[in-house]
Amino acid sequence: MGQYFEVKGTTLFVKLPAEIDHHNAEAMRTEADRILQRSLIRLVVFDFGETVFMDSSGIGMIMGRYKTMRFMGGNVIAVHVNERMRRIMKLSGICKLIDIYDEVPEK
Amino acid sequence: MQRNEMKLEFDSRSCNEGFARVAVAAFMTQLNPTLEEVADVKTAVSEAVTNAIIHAYEGAVRKIVIESRIEEELLTVVVRDTGKGIADVKRAMEPLFTTKAECDRAGMGFAFMEAFMDSLQVESEPGRGTCVTMTKHITREQNKYERQ
Repeated sequence: MGQYFEVKGTTLFVKLPAEIDHHNAEAMRTEADRILQRSLIRLVVFDFGETVFMDSSGIGMIMGRYKTMRFMGGNVIAVHVNERMRRIMKLSGICKLIDIYDEVPEK
Repeated sequence: MQRNEMKLEFDSRSCNEGFARVAVAAFMTQLNPTLEEVADVKTAVSEAVTNAIIHAYEGAVRKIVIESRIEEELLTVVVRDTGKGIADVKRAMEPLFTTKAECDRAGMGFAFMEAFMDSLQVESEPGRGTCVTMTKHITREQNKYERQ
């Protein structure tokens, strides 16, 4: 599917695929939740570097992880977000909850 | 551009979401759209097809029909299912409203269709199915030159 999960310390990096729709958001959700249950994660970084398409299923998947992380006292950010994805995030209101960075911020 | 029509019928499997939006995108290229216009239509088609799969058929494998036509610079896309239908269309179209919050649905499907297309019409009858009709004007200078 192309997406990639990597845990570094207490940060979970999710490299998102080129297209995020209902079809692959389901699998991403399952894998992300499995990791969030198993390891102590304080920050989830969604990397949109390769993403050119996302619909509201992607928004739902990110919003769901945001709720989980906030509940556990952690945070969610997005990096490498192109113009199109920025527009989608703005339209859905999700960018009011999730900060967008050009690069992964240094701690 | 003369009137041109196409019709697709496919199984309501989630792997067909990508197929459906790419097929409509390919059909609309004859209007010489911008990349942004293509992305807008792909998003709207993806939302309508996903609704049919998740809500109308609730995961059962049945048929979804897409009809699309081009008249001058107007693109029309109709997405039709014969699933369970929507009891309260007005409520379903409210942003953030969803009947499947537990499945991580954002409740933004119709809002995205409305935002990315010029018009959206939803007709539905409980037990009979839903028909979503969307239109978008594709206007580019180059289109005008081509017609002259």
